[in-house]
Amino acid sequence: MSASGADRGLRGRTAVAGVGETTYYKRGQSTDPEFVLVVKAILAACKDAGINPREIDGFCSYSNDRNTPARLANALGLEELRYSNMQWGGGGGGAAAVVQNAASAVHAGSANVVVAYRGLAQGQFGRFGQGGRRPAVRGEFAYTLPYGVMSPAQMYAMRTTRLMWEHGIDRSTMRAVALAAYHHAQNNPRAVMYGRPLDAETYDSSRWITEPFRLYDCCLENDGGAAMIVTSAERAADLSDTPVLVLAAQQSGGHRSGAWVHNPTDYATSSFKLGAQHLYEQAGVTPDDVDVVQSYENFTGAVVMSLIEHGLCTYENANEVLTFENLRADGGSIPLNTSGGNLAECYMHGLGMQIEAVRQVRGDSTNQVPNVNVSLSNAGPMVEIASTAIYGTAEALG
Amino acid sequence: MSALAEGTYLPEGLTQPAPMRDGMDAPYWEGTREHELRVQRCADCGTHQWGPDWVCHACQSLNVEWVTVEPTARIYSWQRVHHPVHPALADHGPYIVVLVELPHADNLRMIGNLLGDPMQDIIIGSDVEAVFEDHDDGTPPYTLVQWQVTAELENEAARFPVPLAEPS
Repeated sequence: MSASGADRGLRGRTAVAGVGETTYYKRGQSTDPEFVLVVKAILAACKDAGINPREIDGFCSYSNDRNTPARLANALGLEELRYSNMQWGGGGGGAAAVVQNAASAVHAGSANVVVAYRGLAQGQFGRFGQGGRRPAVRGEFAYTLPYGVMSPAQMYAMRTTRLMWEHGIDRSTMRAVALAAYHHAQNNPRAVMYGRPLDAETYDSSRWITEPFRLYDCCLENDGGAAMIVTSAERAADLSDTPVLVLAAQQSGGHRSGAWVHNPTDYATSSFKLGAQHLYEQAGVTPDDVDVVQSYENFTGAVVMSLIEHGLCTYENANEVLTFENLRADGGSIPLNTSGGNLAECYMHGLGMQIEAVRQVRGDSTNQVPNVNVSLSNAGPMVEIASTAIYGTAEALG
Repeated sequence: MSALAEGTYLPEGLTQPAPMRDGMDAPYWEGTREHELRVQRCADCGTHQWGPDWVCHACQSLNVEWVTVEPTARIYSWQRVHHPVHPALADHGPYIVVLVELPHADNLRMIGNLLGDPMQDIIIGSDVEAVFEDHDDGTPPYTLVQWQVTAELENEAARFPVPLAEPS
C-alpha cells in the first residue's frame, strides 16, 4: 500500500458522463432565479449524458451553495436520495473537490449517479466583489476589514506581490494568462467576453484594482448554473464509446493554510504543492503527460503559482515559458484556459473550467487541442483548501 | 510606539472590529486600547501564534497565554488599493495595506495600513513600527494598529517591482 493511499484511488473507476451549463450572464442579469439555473444545468447534463434525471441519487456542491440536495431531489421527483455532500471552504476551491467527492461516492458504492453542481445569481443574492458592509465584525475579518481589506482581490493581492518579489515573476507573465483567456473566448459563443478581444496595450493601460492587479488580472462576476454527471466507468462506457474517465481528483491544503490574518506557513503559494504530488501519483501520469490545462483564475498571479506548483513550469523558467504563444490552444506547448476561463468565459466558481477539461477529452471544445488524453483542471488557488482533477481517455490508463 | 497625531488613516464608516463573543481574542483588543501589541504564546513550548486560537499549533497544548511584544516589524508584502469597494471609500483615493512580520515573535504576520503618502515607494524588508489609531467613538471603542516606516531597506534590488535575479 502506498503511503498516500493512491493505490486505493479513483484512477479510472468513475467517469463524467455528461455536462450541462446554462446561458452565462453578466452578474445580476439572469432572468432566472438561482434555483432555476441549477435545475436547467442539471437537466442539460442529464440530456448530454443520455440518462433520465430520475436516475440521479446523489448531489455534491461547494462554497455553501444555496440550492440544497433535498430541494433539488424534491423538485426533480427523485425516488431516492442516497448521497449529499457539501465541500467546506469559501471561494472556488471546491470546484474540483466536488468531482472528487462525487467520484468517491460512486467508487465507494454509496450512489450510482451523482451530480456535481454550482449555481450563482448575484443579482438575487449580492456580489462577491463587494464586502464589509456590516457595521461591526468579529473574528478573522476583524483583523482585515477595518484596514480596507474586503474584496477577494484585496484579500489575495499580497500573495502575488510576494510571489513576484521572491521569484522575479514579471507582470508580462501575468498578462500572458489574461491574453490567452480572452483569445480563447473569441471562439467560444458561450463566453461572456465573446466578441470582446483583449490586446496587450489594453491590458497594460487598464486601471489598477489593487496593485499588483490590474482590471484584467481579475476574474469576472457572473450569473449561471453548471452541472456534471459522475457515474461509474462501466455505466459511462454503456453511454458513450469514448467515456471521460476521472483519473484523479484531490483536495490540497498545506501547513496552516487556513491560518488567520495571512499566516499560512508558506504564503506565496496557490496551496497546490502537496496536493499535486498525490494527484499525479493517483492518476499515474506526470506533468509531461498533461495535454491541456484549465487553471482557475481568481487572479492571474495565482495561475502562475498554480502552473508552477503542478510541475508544468518552474519558478526559474516561468517568465520564459508562460507566454501568450505557448498558452494558446492553436499551437502552444501549454494550452491554457481554452474556454476563456473565469476571466473571459464565465465565473461559474470554476465549475465551467472542469466542464471545459471534460470537453477537451471528448474533443468538442471550441478551442480543441489535438489528441488530448490527459486534461487537468484546478480550482481555487490560494484559498485554504484548493483542488484539482485530471480527466482522461481509456488510453491514458495505459 | 506612538499614537496617530490626528484623524484616522481611512475614513470613518468602515466595518469596525469587535472581540469574539467567546472571548478568545479579547486580550488582543484590550491591549490595543492600552497601546500594547499582544499576541499568543504557548506556555508549554514557547511558540508564538497568530491568528489566535484555543490550542497551540506546534504542540497541541491548550495552555496558550497572551504576551505583550515589542510593536516593531518589517514589511513582508503589500498592496496599494485603487478600486474602492465600500461607499465610505468612494472618494478617498488609493491607500496602502501592508503585511508585516514580527521577527522577534516567530515571524508572526499582521495586517495594517502603511502611514504616509499613499503613493510612496514600498520596500519589502523595511523596518516599521506600530502606530495605535484610537477610535474612541466606536461601539464599543476600539484601536487599530497601523504601521510606519522607521528604516528603509538599503537594497535597491528589493525595490518592487524590479524582479530579483535569484529567488530569496
